[in-house]
Amino acid sequence: MADKVLMKGNEAIAEAAIIAGCRHYFGYPITPQTEIAAYMAKRMPKIGGTFLQAESEIAAINMVYGVSSTGKRVMTSSSSPGISLKGEGLSYLAGADLPALVINVQRGGPGLGGIQPSQSDYFQATKGGAHGDFRMIVLAPSSVQEMADMTVKGFDLADKYRMTAMVLADGTMGQMMEPVSLDYEIGAPVEKPWATTGTKMERPHNIVNSLFLVPDELEKSNFERFERYKYIEENECMYEEYMMDDAEICVTAFGIAARVSKNAINAAREMGIKVGLIRPITLWPFPVAPYRKAADKVKEIISVELSMGQMIEDVKLASECKVPVTLCNRVGGMIPSPEQVLDAIKNAANGGAK
Amino acid sequence: MSATQMLIAGFGGQGILFTGKFLAYKGLVEGKEVSWLPSYGPEMRGGTASCSVILSDEPVGSPIVSTPDVLVAMNLPSLDKYEDSVAPGGIIIVDSTLIEREVKRDDVTVYYVPATKLASDNEMPTLANMIIAGKLLKATDSFTDEGVDAALKKVISAKRADMLDVNKKAMQIGADC
Repeated sequence: MADKVLMKGNEAIAEAAIIAGCRHYFGYPITPQTEIAAYMAKRMPKIGGTFLQAESEIAAINMVYGVSSTGKRVMTSSSSPGISLKGEGLSYLAGADLPALVINVQRGGPGLGGIQPSQSDYFQATKGGAHGDFRMIVLAPSSVQEMADMTVKGFDLADKYRMTAMVLADGTMGQMMEPVSLDYEIGAPVEKPWATTGTKMERPHNIVNSLFLVPDELEKSNFERFERYKYIEENECMYEEYMMDDAEICVTAFGIAARVSKNAINAAREMGIKVGLIRPITLWPFPVAPYRKAADKVKEIISVELSMGQMIEDVKLASECKVPVTLCNRVGGMIPSPEQVLDAIKNAANGGAK
Repeated sequence: MSATQMLIAGFGGQGILFTGKFLAYKGLVEGKEVSWLPSYGPEMRGGTASCSVILSDEPVGSPIVSTPDVLVAMNLPSLDKYEDSVAPGGIIIVDSTLIEREVKRDDVTVYYVPATKLASDNEMPTLANMIIAGKLLKATDSFTDEGVDAALKKVISAKRADMLDVNKKAMQIGADC
């Protein structure tokens, strides 16, 4: 306890990235994640790293592409509209099988939207995020500690699978302070024999590229990539179950919505309602197993989201629509209150979804 | 579950966020689970700034304080905005130098602290917030010299260590008034 410090979620991400060995950060300011860039601007020059405020989000993601090609750990961060601008680069990173860490501290949308918290980039993050068949590993922290933990984990997964890992947070998680401990054992860097580091006349050229003009070669690269995705789906799902053992009603939520939901679940338990929570920590791969299990014993699943209902589609697929799945939400920068979630739980307990 | 939900509100520049951070650190050094959440956005420029602080014996769920047990109002817009949200039986502390009206609620305990005047009279014009913080700790039976010292050391950087004593003095003025 004594060694814990209070940090903003955004600052925890930045410091954790540095601890994880990231020495190259490219970004462009946007609320509510600018503290990440500010922290990097202060720290990187002192440790021999690169902080560069690019001329645009598009430039920043392409600088990430460049550094990643050399095998170095690299990241960028933004918030919703800025992530859309990075879309092209995300697709190119996927096509070239390059590891990278991208942080999205979400704000309300669509369009320029607002600056208050949101989870309405779930589709964008989990279904690819740009053109072409590809996935990103999507990590959804629910505390400042997890903001740091998921950053370290994100770099590891990105390197291991040669793909982009995205930390999908929201304005609340970015702005709030909580005690955080940054004790990590960082393993040796992953070997990257594909990196363009100069041949020294000792090996053939490495080429990093996402252009495949011959259809059967492009098809083969897609097939190989999806073999990797399948392995990830089978091996990298993370989730938390809270009071699910005897639950008759299941609430499901990630990030800030999961925290609000826990308040409501604790209040409902005091009223004798048997309710629990499934909190996905990886949004892709989506943890199907706990929903399969829940679908056989609960009478309703309530998806609590800061969106018009995006994760709910994956919840319905995972639970195979065996029980009603209902939505409890606010949007536009609003956050569901514990009372709103409690009302949804009480409604489910009293006979539930029509 | 024992938790204290606090809302600190005033103008940007009054040290609202700092006060919240101090209170959060005070909880942390005393072994509590804590969270601190600022308002962010356009309202920070000239309008009301606020922050939610939760101290709890259990892990903190939602970090958003919508029904504060303790409200600090350092300007009139903050009192107008948040007075009705305070939990029955809760505490409201107002800076009575800056807020001329009385609190309308009769189901809460109210402390009128002329913090801005006290700060000025004691030649610490930027520390009205810490005078209020002293009063807050006193009012919630949590003013301990060890806790205050430890928390101040956490929120005041080593470079500004010369500010420790005057902050402590401001808190003592608040606690004694």
